[in-house]
Amino acid sequence: MNAEQKPAPSQWQPGVTPDEVMHRHGMIGKPVSRLDGPLKVAGKARFAAEVPYEHLAHAALVHSSIARGRISELKTEAARAAPGVILVLTYQNMPRLQNPPLFGSAPKAVGASTLPVMQNEHITWNGQPVALVLAETHEQAEYAASLIEVRYDVLPAKTDFDAAKRQARAPDTILGEPPAIEIGDAEANLQAAAFKVDATYRTPRYNHNAIELHAATVAWQGDELTVHDATQMLNGTAWTIAQLFGIDEKNVRVLSPYVGGGFGGKALWDHQILAIAAARLAQRPVRIVLSRASVFRIVGGRTTTEQRVALGATQDGQLTALIHTGVAAMTPYNACPEQFSFPARHLYATQALKVAQQVADMDMMVNTFMRAPGESIGTFALESAIDELAGQMQLCPIELRRRIEPSKDPVSGLPFSSRHLLEAYQRGAERFGWDQRNPVPRSRRDGEWLIGMGVATATYPYYRMPGAAARIKLTNDGHLTVSIAAHEMGMGTATAQSQHVAERFGLPLEQVTFELGDTTLAAGSLAGGSSQTASIAAAVIAAGEQLIDQLLMLATGDSPLAGFKRDQVEAINGGLAVRGDTTRAETYAAILQRAGRTALQCEAPAPEPAELQHYSMHSFGAQFCEVKVSAITGEVRVTRFLGSFDTGRILNPKTAASQFRGGIVMGIGLALTEATEFDPRSGRIMNPSLAEYHVPVHLDVPEIDVMWTDIADPHSPIGARGIGEIGITGVGAAIANAVYNATGKRIRDLPITLDKLL
Amino acid sequence: MNPFSYERATDAASAIRLANATAATRYLGGGTNLVDLMREHIEQPEVLVDVTPLAQTIEVRADGSMLIGAAVKNTALASDAHVRQAFPLLSRAILAGASAQIRNMATVAGNILQRTRCTYFYDEAARCNKRKPGCGCDALQGFNRYHAILGASDDCVATHPSDLCVALVALDAVVHLQGAAGSRSLPLTELHRLPGAHPEHETELQPHELITAIEIPALAFAGHSAYRKVRDRSSYAFALVSVAAALDVDAQGRVRDVRLALGGVAHKPWRASKAEAVLRGQAATEATFLAAADAELAAARGLRDNGFKIELARRTIVAVLQQLTEARA
Ligand SMILES: Cc1cc2nc3c(=O)[nH]c(=O)nc-3n(C[C@H](O)[C@H](O)[C@H](O)COP(=O)(O)OP(=O)(O)OC[C@H]3O[C@@H](n4cnc5c(N)ncnc54)[C@H](O)[C@@H]3O)c2cc1C
Repeated sequence: MNAEQKPAPSQWQPGVTPDEVMHRHGMIGKPVSRLDGPLKVAGKARFAAEVPYEHLAHAALVHSSIARGRISELKTEAARAAPGVILVLTYQNMPRLQNPPLFGSAPKAVGASTLPVMQNEHITWNGQPVALVLAETHEQAEYAASLIEVRYDVLPAKTDFDAAKRQARAPDTILGEPPAIEIGDAEANLQAAAFKVDATYRTPRYNHNAIELHAATVAWQGDELTVHDATQMLNGTAWTIAQLFGIDEKNVRVLSPYVGGGFGGKALWDHQILAIAAARLAQRPVRIVLSRASVFRIVGGRTTTEQRVALGATQDGQLTALIHTGVAAMTPYNACPEQFSFPARHLYATQALKVAQQVADMDMMVNTFMRAPGESIGTFALESAIDELAGQMQLCPIELRRRIEPSKDPVSGLPFSSRHLLEAYQRGAERFGWDQRNPVPRSRRDGEWLIGMGVATATYPYYRMPGAAARIKLTNDGHLTVSIAAHEMGMGTATAQSQHVAERFGLPLEQVTFELGDTTLAAGSLAGGSSQTASIAAAVIAAGEQLIDQLLMLATGDSPLAGFKRDQVEAINGGLAVRGDTTRAETYAAILQRAGRTALQCEAPAPEPAELQHYSMHSFGAQFCEVKVSAITGEVRVTRFLGSFDTGRILNPKTAASQFRGGIVMGIGLALTEATEFDPRSGRIMNPSLAEYHVPVHLDVPEIDVMWTDIADPHSPIGARGIGEIGITGVGAAIANAVYNATGKRIRDLPITLDKLL
Repeated sequence: MNPFSYERATDAASAIRLANATAATRYLGGGTNLVDLMREHIEQPEVLVDVTPLAQTIEVRADGSMLIGAAVKNTALASDAHVRQAFPLLSRAILAGASAQIRNMATVAGNILQRTRCTYFYDEAARCNKRKPGCGCDALQGFNRYHAILGASDDCVATHPSDLCVALVALDAVVHLQGAAGSRSLPLTELHRLPGAHPEHETELQPHELITAIEIPALAFAGHSAYRKVRDRSSYAFALVSVAAALDVDAQGRVRDVRLALGGVAHKPWRASKAEAVLRGQAATEATFLAAADAELAAARGLRDNGFKIELARRTIVAVLQQLTEARA
């Protein structure tokens, strides 16, 4: 790519001075407790399912029990006659809607699929909503829903991945990247290599299980629609709903101040759309709260994959071939091909590279993004293979990675914006005591327990989503409010951004308010791809520049700042000061008061993410773990875990540590306990409950140590690259590698359940 | 969930009277299983008779035997001083089950009568001979990791999920029953049935027959006992295989007496009588333990997903017996 392609539109962007705030150490970097913590503990944070309305009606869903076919008969009389029932909604009386614009097909399109929502008698997945019942109470709605009888004409369905993968196809793109890349002749190099690994890895389906069930409370007032949602894509939801219902985007207000866990799953699914339609027909505000089983049926999850990783290496540990190919289950109606080959495109130096992804179309609930889609399970395969290669070469796996550390991006040839993977390895290895590892498998034992250590690389791309803007309001008491339709899914958005804003404008935390969660605020970008922090920061920087320009325009006459330009001043001590001469300063309050203004307001969009055209931008980490495996039962217990990360500047070590740890906990689930049981005969999920779908329990999770390089990335706003997803990457492989070290058994299909180790 | 009415019994007689007033009545213990099944429309009672006011007493008799009221909470039983000292396997079995919150609600009778966790039983869209006799069994060729390796039939391969019961059958517990026709008692090993051609008949209870108490006879060597549960996560998961054992080894290192039971392997808590017969009088060695396990598991059959449980059961039986032998030495 050409480095001169785009102008650099902001001071921290390529070619210009890095953002100075990234190197200041005031509020940024402090372990501030979450500002919404007290509200949540007191039960005062109001979630989507809790918003009160008068005359609220409650909805319940009926799901199809077949994967493909037609509804031949719908018996709804009993449900209609049941106590409290207001409305029974089926394809027969559902308002005619446009099909959802598919995620990525337009800037604000977030449709999970292009499938029409209850518009006809066709069934395309097992669990598809076939009716919605509206009643005076939740219990009445559920009971009436159970009275609905549905008959089907069943059609043959593709519900067996092993059969479907034989007809796999290449998708058009993998999130804008080519599905296949070949540099050199990797297959030939592999054949000729001194050392080689060529193995197949399998990963199951996983489902979203945020604590907060998906819910929405919706109300129409004339043509105006209010949606209290649990979402990580406010503006996209508003726009997409407007398209579906053929109304003006301005008439749709979506609010979501608190979300009880997102992970990619809190998106626009059928339930909000059905509730909105029901509310319109019934002319009542409507609440829908999915049951846990319904979340499994109508919210997508991480899809199943079969991946091949092949590595060829020279005697001295240079890669001559890196091959990462495979198939993921998908549908013809969505665009989520599970980018498992992304890590292989950026991680290691190799003479020849071949990546190729295919998708196998199935009749199933559309799959979706789930914490580090692709990277989580892609690193399982790739980093297991690296470990296999190191074992074959009798080389420490960290040393192998040192030898294949690239000096520039292996595919694009761009320089890395900031890459300190080896430092993360080295510091992690010291703290973890990696030198205690015996490279010979099955050589450490404590009674019946075999003990092993494993390590793997974590990686996740830097993204900055377009579309975000920030609105700033400064009042003459010196209080500054930033508002943006951003998302708080529990990770501490408002807290970290308040710190950022305080630092940037030289204010104490109490003088700063960060408003989010409402589409009437300045547009936000979606909270996905670990991009929100950087996306917001870029918007705040842009709006902040305007604010300072406005302030300087007011600072005339006898103001000590009169005549100075933006780059001659800095924000400090609640106001502006001339650089290098802090005696020439004036507080914000004084500037506004002298000018007779009560407030200043400005709004600006973030510049396009041009930095991504100039640099290969990724976060990195090294995941270390120790496991014990019962020689009798094959039970695996993770006994120690350390994540050592290189993710740019850490804005708040407290909330950051929670993100890393949470990712690692989810990685333990991915590696050891979780799997969706998708019955290949029926396409039905058979374990749609927290009793049978095993997320890790406390006892499965050891104390998790996390550390970071804290090296600011000079090419991202405030030097931060995003931390929400990287924690889960590499965990699957680190655990599989540790299990191998403990037992001598290489498990290549997840989850690593005890039967595989007997 | 269907609408239902709620009645509260004051004693066994009132419970039976209330229950017999309508056909579609269920006794309600802690509700941790029944209410879930009602939410899934699998149980559709019209009347619930709350039997938690029934006896919540734990009586220890002079000879060390116990009489446990049907409504005693699982937590209370697990933490009872006599249980912990005289029957540690029972305390451990209870604590290996469910979660603290569920155990706080769950009653002893409810635990005994909890229904299978077979996911095809739980899903109305699937075929299940328990729910709809004669319609077929989707678990037979489906996800059956948690299913039976012993005593199953072509009509049903479900398991009984209780941990508590495994310890109780090892201890020769007796169930006290009361019904319209009067009172009787039954060894717990005879309460649950194997599925055969009628998996819908899960127990020998008469309609609306009430469990009033559980009796555990004295067993001196049960103070030396263990419960080991193997599962897919370290807590809050049902057993793939569990083993309850009490072992009495004499001075010569011979097995004087033994109690052995398995969980997670059959439609009922499985008393391993064949293994016990092999063990009695033999040297307490690994070879004997293996022979005993093999004798019990000779009839075991694996399905698509659960064949590993045969080997897992074998290893776990041996490990538990060895642990008890070593702890004695
Ligand atoms: C997520 C989850 C995990 C679990 N994990 C485990 C586990 O690992 N191990 C384990 O053993 N259990 C486990 N359980 C099951 C739990 O132990 C049972 O739900 C509980 O013991 C049932 O007791 P209860 O009093 O709540 O019974 P209820 O739900 O009230 O009743 C269960 C049945 O017993 C009948 N009944 C109740 N009392 C009487 C009586 N006196 N006479 C006649 N009939 C009666 C009821 O009519 C009903 O049919 C788990 C449950 C859940 C939800």
